[in-house]
Amino acid sequence: MSDSNSNSTPDSTSAERNPSNLRAQVDALIVEGAFHLAARRLAELWRRDPASATASFVISRIDVLRDHELREKTRDSLALTKFKLAILRSFTVEPIVPLLRAEAFAYGIDLEVHVGDFNTYVQEMLDEQSSLYRFAPNAVVLAVRTDQAAPELWRDFADLAPEAAQQAAERVVRGVVHNYEQWIGAFRKHSQAALIVHSLERPSSPSLGVLDDQSDAGQSGLIRQINRELQRIAAGFHGVYSLDYDALVARYGSVHWHDERKWLTARLPIAAGYLLQMAREWMRFIVPLSGRSAKVLVVDLDNTLWGGVIGEDGMAGIKVGAEYPGAAYQALQRALLDLSRKGILLAVCSKNNLDDAMEALENHPGMLVRAKHFAALRINWTDKAQNLREIAQELNVGIDALAFLDDNPFEREQVRAALPEVTVIDLPKNPLEYASAVRNCAAFERLTLSTEDQQRTAMYAEQKQRAGAEQNFQSKEDFFRYLEQEAELEPVSELTLARVAQLTQKTNQFNLTTRRYTEPQIAEMANKPEWHIFSIKVRDRFGDHGLVGVAIAHDEGEQCEVDTFLLSCRVIGRTVETALLAHLAESAARRGRKRLVGWFLPTKKNAPSRDFYQQHGFERQEANGAGSLWAFDLKSSTLRPPDWIKLKVTTEVTPGGKN
Amino acid sequence: MTASTLEQVRNVASDIFGIPADRITAESSPETIENWDSMQHLNLVLAIEEKFGVQLDPEDIEKMKNIGAVAALVEKLQSAAR
Repeated sequence: MSDSNSNSTPDSTSAERNPSNLRAQVDALIVEGAFHLAARRLAELWRRDPASATASFVISRIDVLRDHELREKTRDSLALTKFKLAILRSFTVEPIVPLLRAEAFAYGIDLEVHVGDFNTYVQEMLDEQSSLYRFAPNAVVLAVRTDQAAPELWRDFADLAPEAAQQAAERVVRGVVHNYEQWIGAFRKHSQAALIVHSLERPSSPSLGVLDDQSDAGQSGLIRQINRELQRIAAGFHGVYSLDYDALVARYGSVHWHDERKWLTARLPIAAGYLLQMAREWMRFIVPLSGRSAKVLVVDLDNTLWGGVIGEDGMAGIKVGAEYPGAAYQALQRALLDLSRKGILLAVCSKNNLDDAMEALENHPGMLVRAKHFAALRINWTDKAQNLREIAQELNVGIDALAFLDDNPFEREQVRAALPEVTVIDLPKNPLEYASAVRNCAAFERLTLSTEDQQRTAMYAEQKQRAGAEQNFQSKEDFFRYLEQEAELEPVSELTLARVAQLTQKTNQFNLTTRRYTEPQIAEMANKPEWHIFSIKVRDRFGDHGLVGVAIAHDEGEQCEVDTFLLSCRVIGRTVETALLAHLAESAARRGRKRLVGWFLPTKKNAPSRDFYQQHGFERQEANGAGSLWAFDLKSSTLRPPDWIKLKVTTEVTPGGKN
Repeated sequence: MTASTLEQVRNVASDIFGIPADRITAESSPETIENWDSMQHLNLVLAIEEKFGVQLDPEDIEKMKNIGAVAALVEKLQSAAR
């Protein structure tokens, strides 16, 4: 553990980095102009002491850093993702906002928050001119408590006399559900932002006591019924999500969560110690919505994936199995497998002898994850930061797409110092808490699940075979022919909408304009006759890549402008991009356009697509600070899809489905 | 009241009100601290409850007229809990 080529600064002993020293360090670093390091120390302060007072300090310094950044034009130095959140509410949320902004900062998000007035959520959602819509949020939280949304089912439930109760109660449920349907419908008409709807909380002490649960028409039963309906409504819209508030309260315990005194005096229902948990629950939506999710989880082996050290304790000595203490590690492994089912790739980075580690990975009877579940393995004695860089390269993802799980605080600190963009998970000391630390990490949340997500691990295994095969061919063309690629081109449809939006949000490398779109935005574009959105699915002899490319274009007079052109990194350089572009040109020509034009907007990451237009015979028209504009004459077009790709083109797909 | 409780309360107040701890004394109050308004008062109460693991009653909250009173209250609640 002593390889010390770390970039950590001399001040980095843990005693000197207690919370109060960290505050002083942050301020000193800001004075020195070392903003990047100041931001890192600020995030560290938050991790060590995520309390209300700390949050006030953290957000005041974020504002200072942001001002410096604006003034000194070092815009990318902090590389924060901007995100605007509106909170519509029936209770006091103001004290949660600093906690939320500090927590967001630790995830690399610069969060701007708009809080609606008390109980004005209905007007705000219905009125197109409201301050909500003027704020132009990326996402909106609708946090309404049961006492406000369904007063008859809360305090006044006993007033519904038992005899007439059944009918009255059903009327109440219908009314509440109808209200939500109206609000959400109006919201979706006026805004394309994501909407996160708190489901309704059940009373912890129902007015009829244990009798309440003896029918489904009791207080709890009726609220459950409303929540089921809310779930149904949310599923009927793109970008509307349900937050299970009742389950959140239950996770921490209703008795602890609530503070009746604060509720009665300040309209704040949540106790001081749990405001952070409310903020963290919102983060589980905000992180995936802002594109800050991790795509790969890199795990250590000894004392992380199993108990003990394989090189010392051997196969019989390490702890992993159904019984305590090995059960803690099995629980973590189950959590990892669940992530893998959500499309998050797993990788190993461990300081070990390869043979020892592989023996345990392949043959230990207690293991639930096996070598085949990992898309990349780095089992060696090299520095972990270097291994992480290699893993990112091998899997074709950015360093910021990696999350790192290691029981050793020293390794974690080294990775943080060398690669600040990696999401480093602070494992609790007790292995029994490992699984929930992974399960509750917002970086692994997904709001939709595509077929591609579910099959990703298998796809990467096929990718390895492809790379192996490629080395046996003399020419690229021979390899392409050997691959037997088949591509399916079709307009975006209800079935592909989520994946198309996901690709615009996640694709960085082969992406000519890097414009990010939500599902509702894509749906709206698709409804305009002059806009054309195509997707491409690719399959070859090794397996199915799924939906990997998107092209969005719109007609304007004689020309067709490419708005978005992107390809998932796993098919870059297989000439699929040429097939997609040729299709775009062909369809524009068929609609009578004379020219195909498109911008290339350079970013830090999209160098692989820089020469794309030039290589395909486009001519540069103009350039400005943002990028360059390219044009292609469709009348004399010689752009053809490569003949080694078998194309299937669908022109019509049936619309319908979600709103 | 012990110095350490007062010092900890001053540190919390420093974070909440955004002014250096050495400019906060036992006598600092809404009259001397500019942004000590009702919302910041709530934030201070929540931060104190969180930090010291105590729960303040509405009557207690009204008595928090200055930083010294807050520290005294914390000590009273802590010794009652022991």
